[in-house]
Amino acid sequence: MDLQAIWFFLWGLLWAVFFMLDGYDLGAGALMPVLAKNERDRRMILNASGPFWDGNEVWLITAGGATFAAFPAAYAAMFSGLYTALMLLLFMLILRGVSFEFRGKVESAAWQRTWDWLHVVSSFVVALLLGVAFANIFRGLPLDEQGIFQGGLLTLLNPYGLAGGVLFVVMFFLHGALWLGLRTDGELQKRSQAMAEKLWIAFAIVLVLFLAYTAVETQLFSNYLRWPVLLIVPLLAVIGLIATRTFLGSRRMWPAMGASALTIVAVTFFGIIGLFPALLPSRLNPGWSVTAYNSSSSELTLTIMLVVVGIFVPIVIAYQTWAHIMFAKPMGDEDLDHEEAY
Amino acid sequence: MDPLFLSRLQFAAATFFHFLFVPLTLGLSLLVATMETKWVRTGDKTYLRMTKFWGKLFLINFAIGVVTGITLEFQFGTNWSRYSAYVGDIFGSLLAIEATAAFFLESTFIAVWVFGWKKLSPRFHATVAWLIFFGANISAVWILLANGWMQNPVGYVIRNGRAELESFTAVITNSFGWQQFLHTVSGSFLVGAMFVMGISAWHLLRKSNVDFFRRSFRLALPLGIFASLFVAVQGHFHGNEVASVQPAKLAAMEAHWETTDHAPMHLLVLPDPEDERNSMEFIKLPSMLSILAYNDPSATVKGLKDFPEDERPPVQLTFWSFRIMVGLGTLFIALMGWAWLKRNDIENQKALLWALLLAIPLPYLALQAGWAVAEVGRQPWIVYGIMRTSDAVSPAINSAQVWFSLGSIVAIYTLLGITGFWLIVHYAKKGPKAA
Repeated sequence: MDLQAIWFFLWGLLWAVFFMLDGYDLGAGALMPVLAKNERDRRMILNASGPFWDGNEVWLITAGGATFAAFPAAYAAMFSGLYTALMLLLFMLILRGVSFEFRGKVESAAWQRTWDWLHVVSSFVVALLLGVAFANIFRGLPLDEQGIFQGGLLTLLNPYGLAGGVLFVVMFFLHGALWLGLRTDGELQKRSQAMAEKLWIAFAIVLVLFLAYTAVETQLFSNYLRWPVLLIVPLLAVIGLIATRTFLGSRRMWPAMGASALTIVAVTFFGIIGLFPALLPSRLNPGWSVTAYNSSSSELTLTIMLVVVGIFVPIVIAYQTWAHIMFAKPMGDEDLDHEEAY
Repeated sequence: MDPLFLSRLQFAAATFFHFLFVPLTLGLSLLVATMETKWVRTGDKTYLRMTKFWGKLFLINFAIGVVTGITLEFQFGTNWSRYSAYVGDIFGSLLAIEATAAFFLESTFIAVWVFGWKKLSPRFHATVAWLIFFGANISAVWILLANGWMQNPVGYVIRNGRAELESFTAVITNSFGWQQFLHTVSGSFLVGAMFVMGISAWHLLRKSNVDFFRRSFRLALPLGIFASLFVAVQGHFHGNEVASVQPAKLAAMEAHWETTDHAPMHLLVLPDPEDERNSMEFIKLPSMLSILAYNDPSATVKGLKDFPEDERPPVQLTFWSFRIMVGLGTLFIALMGWAWLKRNDIENQKALLWALLLAIPLPYLALQAGWAVAEVGRQPWIVYGIMRTSDAVSPAINSAQVWFSLGSIVAIYTLLGITGFWLIVHYAKKGPKAA
């Protein structure tokens, strides 16, 4: 593989890890009104993600930064083209981030309800927008020969883009319900697990429909027709999906979580592989697509960044895994009494 | 208004707001880590209470700093896509390294610190506080190397219609970036020290938790003295570098119009850029500007008139920001000196305590002014000498889009600013928990 191809898959991997990690805390946050019956439940849901959401979100920063470093022209085209959608996403991430920190700082029910409400809405909208954005990339953007986006916000709200939004929302809901089924206790835990079972059915249906729609609406399958061995990736998604249900059925929550993570990574890679070598396919003319080859940085930068990422990403994965192991157990009352808890 | 102007306004608003929270993060994390280490070393419960009290204020501030930083990285792509495509090879990689090597560290371990009080040994927990401090400050290194490259581009060649990396070593050893880092970080340490001393002063004036706040004051004082002196001395050398690398910025900082040797400095100046002169110049210090700029009384200092008009930075903003920064820097040294002289009887020094309390916002002001000098003084270049700001803006965006994002940023940041400020004041006034 050449450097551009390696970076293309690293780019995909960074997004996949971001979805896999932030997916559960976004899903858990958005499920709050459905699963929480009282103040203790709401605090449980927030504290379940408390030690992780910030570190999870840095994968977004890194995915964005890696796009900037490795494929500057793609970074420029993607973020200026998706301007308004991206701004909305950022505003939602801002409100969501401070809602964790602010809601518990004032002893007032109205104050807490306000931040909870902002938390739920922002979690939901972030999940939706990520899905809409990626489905539109899969479908192709109206890019002219200079990679300049010829459209507006409404261009993105096409049926396939919205289908991608629904896919991500349901996928993150399931991931989030599994997470709450893992980290909470008592009735809330049981409700979360029961909810995960229902969401699993919904996700299985949505995923199949989305794949079928993808075959009709996008060019993603052409790489798979050319190299059928790559079909192992969507197959992994299916295996992950089935394993999720099996483990969930026997209430082995960590394996279920892992299987769900595998599904998310495989679903993301299904799209990434289908796109290759385009990071941003052009709908106007395939020749105008922004690809790994016409948008990449110099060989020197790609090499140096590969060394940097090769050193630091394993270290990051090591300490984030360690942090997850440290807070792996279901929480109890003592975790909420803790004065720093949200 | 055109997207260029609006995008500049938006970037300025987002950066300045973000930069209200970053300095305290850099400085206060050092003090909190020190307090916690003292607790582990001595077993003295007061240090644990100090860690928790100042740590809480740190966390509120940190949260806003983090979330407002996210928009900055993406604004390069949204509003400055031509810039991003032109210099991404170098600038983008520095931002990416910052995320991978520093921001992860800071964000992961801050959560471990907050939630890990019962899960980690005290010694390990204190180590985590140091990791947060290092993560935050290493972040600053990479961000300022990126900014330093915009100020003094090195290690590149123009090839394939863009700036391509030629020497990574040159980029990461760019002394301009390191000077900016030292200046910004020492200024940030001063923000942290003044914050702790000022809030302590408020409680000492009210005689509440006297022992607790006297000790907090004493802990922050050495850092305040060191930082206020260091930032001034180092600022002089940074100024030397500005003089040789960006002579137009230096001329604007001093409202220096005519190229002269033995260039004097005037303590009181009123610039009049319309007429390319100063309408007032009082208290002349002969050869002072030549000395300040080049450490040589006979050195020639290039005046603004010798730069083409479209290569001169906005004079008023650069000039006055520089004056504010330097004036406040001098004041901080005096204030720290005063505090040091009275340190053993601090709880009875009413005037000093009031001065310390009222001084809390001043280092912030100095840092913001410093940023204005650095960024406004670099104009009209986005990358000095290589790319103009006006050539950097995204072609795909229109005014309506930027009006929407600018309006939302101002609204959301105002909400955050008011809430965050109110919470910090609330918890600062409340004082520490009883032992």
